[in-house]
Amino acid sequence: MTTAIRQRRVVECMGTVFSFDVRSPQKYESVLDDAVRWLDWVDTTFSTYRSTSDIRRLAAGEVTLEDCAPEVGEILRTCELLSAKTAGYFSAYAGGALDPSGLVKGWAIERASDLLVAAGSTYHCVNGGGDVQCVGDPQAGQVWRVGIAHPLHLGKLASVVVGSRLAVATSGTAERGGHVLDPHTGKPAHGLASVTVAGTCLGRTDAFATAACAMGSQARDWLEELPGHYGFGIDNDGTTWATSGWGLP
Amino acid sequence: MKRVLLSITGTVLGVVALLSFKSHGPTVGTLGVLPPANVPTSSSSTTPRPGDSGTAAPPRPGSRSPATTSSTANGSATSKIAGDAVETPYGVVQVQITVSGKKIRNVSLLQLTAFDGRSQEINSQAAPILVQETLAAQSANIDTVSGASYTTAGYIQSLQSALNKAGI
Repeated sequence: MTTAIRQRRVVECMGTVFSFDVRSPQKYESVLDDAVRWLDWVDTTFSTYRSTSDIRRLAAGEVTLEDCAPEVGEILRTCELLSAKTAGYFSAYAGGALDPSGLVKGWAIERASDLLVAAGSTYHCVNGGGDVQCVGDPQAGQVWRVGIAHPLHLGKLASVVVGSRLAVATSGTAERGGHVLDPHTGKPAHGLASVTVAGTCLGRTDAFATAACAMGSQARDWLEELPGHYGFGIDNDGTTWATSGWGLP
Repeated sequence: MKRVLLSITGTVLGVVALLSFKSHGPTVGTLGVLPPANVPTSSSSTTPRPGDSGTAAPPRPGSRSPATTSSTANGSATSKIAGDAVETPYGVVQVQITVSGKKIRNVSLLQLTAFDGRSQEINSQAAPILVQETLAAQSANIDTVSGASYTTAGYIQSLQSALNKAGI
């Protein structure tokens, strides 16, 4: 009987830590190499901190969209769709300048997971700085338990979400000091300590978490109505709430 | 089965899993704060501001050796291995692990500098929890953690580098 082994890879990229957890009897070393190269490429292309990235050069008017990698156009189109789905609370221009970061990281993680799927993996998890894409076969009992870090009590978990194919993204104002901007005001959102969205595809799930964070007190009602997604929030006073169905996407 | 458990200990998911929701008894970590002069810095922001020290122990001078080895009563060698000092937007995190064989016996914080009051709180409360939960990682019933936590990422990164140095 072949036993699944846990294969892990940890890399630093995009200013945070990415970790891969692949559970399979088959070796995925070379696929993980490809996935890491993919993340590096995304950082090089989309970083708002590198003056030579496509995004920075596009924002500066040095190049046109046609000069950029095709993925840049794909991301910008997806940002527009997500902006429409979130009443403008998600925006690639939340702070004025072009910055699609709220979509890019989750999308990059989702694609890294897709690389593993394409290579035959059915049971793995990719975590990029606290945004998570999990893949598993529920028939085989391959479920993932994702803890939600408590933003007001570091080291403690506020909740747990369980599922086989699962995307979990958390956006917060507590630890990073109001890094999520409300596109309608251009100012930092402050209504929630953190909000977590669970879905199946991390790109849009991550963007929805960013939007929900910007919405503040309106996030709960909005998430309740959002098809295919579940929400969990922590108010600034530590009060927690969840949409119906939370925990079992 | 044992092999799997060892592999959990030596990998970051095991480390991430340490952020479990289980409650724990007394903390075991020794909490110390070293001067930031120890740390390769790329910006002035790594210098703690006056009045923000929040230390639980007095600063210790100088850099420490990366690994020291002693013997335990049962004869197996015990090593102390320092992880990398990891700079985060909220402070500098550096851990030291104590290992015997392939098992983590203890985790202590060599550095946890604070830039603000929130990090001060981390110094006094949360860091010992992280340490405690690292030691409980093997039994934690969590696969991974979602959250927006740079300091935690720094902790994990430093711990992972120490695990790599220890070869576990």
